Amino acid sequence: MINVIETLRIYFQYPFVKYAIIVGVLISLCSSLLGVTLVLKRFSFIGDGLSHVAFGAMAIAGVLRLANETLLVLPITVICAIILISRGKNAKIQGDAAIAMLSVGALAIGYLLLNIFSASANLSGDVCSTLFGSTSILTLSPVDVWVCIGFSVLTILVFVLFYNKIFSVTFDENFAQATGVKANIYNLLIAVIIAIIIVLAMNLVGSLLISALVIFPSLSSMRLCKSFKSVIICSAILSVICSVTGILISILGGTPVGSTIVAAEIIVFFICCLIGNVKGI
Amino acid sequence: MAQLSCRDVSLGYEGKTVVEELNIEIQKGDYLCVVGENGAGKSTLLKALLGLIAPNSGEIVFGDGLNRNDIGYLPQQTIVQRDFPASCFEIVVSGCLNHCGLRPFYSKQDKKRAALNMERLGIESLKKRCYRELSGGQQQRVLLARALCAADKMIVLDEPVSGLDAVASEEMYSIIKKLNNEGITVIMVSHDISAATEYANKILHLEKKPLFFGSKEEYLKRDISKKFLGGAECD
Repeated sequence: MINVIETLRIYFQYPFVKYAIIVGVLISLCSSLLGVTLVLKRFSFIGDGLSHVAFGAMAIAGVLRLANETLLVLPITVICAIILISRGKNAKIQGDAAIAMLSVGALAIGYLLLNIFSASANLSGDVCSTLFGSTSILTLSPVDVWVCIGFSVLTILVFVLFYNKIFSVTFDENFAQATGVKANIYNLLIAVIIAIIIVLAMNLVGSLLISALVIFPSLSSMRLCKSFKSVIICSAILSVICSVTGILISILGGTPVGSTIVAAEIIVFFICCLIGNVKGI
Repeated sequence: MAQLSCRDVSLGYEGKTVVEELNIEIQKGDYLCVVGENGAGKSTLLKALLGLIAPNSGEIVFGDGLNRNDIGYLPQQTIVQRDFPASCFEIVVSGCLNHCGLRPFYSKQDKKRAALNMERLGIESLKKRCYRELSGGQQQRVLLARALCAADKMIVLDEPVSGLDAVASEEMYSIIKKLNNEGITVIMVSHDISAATEYANKILHLEKKPLFFGSKEEYLKRDISKKFLGGAECD
């Protein structure tokens, strides 16, 4: 045990470990806040779909040899999120089909582009790290960290200020709209925020595992809590605990960061299920 | 002056007309029941009254001090709501949101209003209970309290007793009648023609076009009501 603490103390002297922890905490906090809304609105898969879109956009940015990929990836992801969430119920292609279509489409196009135009010698390595975020969180620059802090603060601020409106739109969109709350605008807001979170989270867990970050904490806390506020708070706490634990374990054990975090989320989910069943909730 | 009037309104989606030639007037304190077969355009009419869809032609006019935002709405329950993790108070107070404007949080007044409306419907004891643990009838009362928080001049109810057992339905109807007696205008869509003829004072029978609009007594004399009631007894 003392050995472990000693090793961690040594690791924490490296800035990249501190960066990883800061970014990990912020991203897991933000994604868990919005996750509750997405799960309840039956949009669980939107995280997955959008992250594939972000992967496709990243491939395009790579082909164009852009210095700062985020400048391209963020707008494309935001636009797709807006299209997916705001199409409403009367659209010709239903929500889940639209998400599936966009998600596999972007994945395929992205990989195709990378294959045709890539200049890199280690193509499968590049693709693998984008998909599973294996190393990128440990190679963050101070700029990346500040960008992440900025967007996270923005997300949390927007979430707190619009908390009641987000609740109302999540629970009952028609009622909100009928009583003069501009539901469409809030849906749009949710779409934009979730897109931002996903682009940020690609660094942490990679595009394939982002959904886990979005849905697991909220599902876990829904097993335990009885009011919306407590679900949100609980899912934020669980999410932060899981990602910090995951990052620490992956540093100590040399496991891939993303999958370790997700494994922690899964374990916590089952623990919560168990507690929920025992307490009879 | 009528609180709400539809003048030559036609409604529909994507060019398909669902309701047409609709001319109705609703006065303060009315209890209007909209009846008709499935697909007769009842829900479409409600959506138009609430401003969720715009009429294809004609106009819906508000008067007598009523604004569109003064209408409370009790929608049919969605799948999302049935297992929603929220306390009853959170749901009821969310009805106050349209008074908030840009203010991000509820004021003390909003919370008081929510508590009063819960008391009014006899659900103050459920305040901290989780919505998904309640019975169907209790859930409907929570949603009705929310509607009253949003507006207390007119409430629009979409099949308020669907899925409820006989006892809960009866309770729901008597609550609605009580609210109506307190001066709230009620517009209700229902399959339940016997309840409609028992509680409402006006009936709109819709079958794409309005087949009948007028007082309950008038309706019961007409052939159309007898056909629709299918020999059911009416007093």
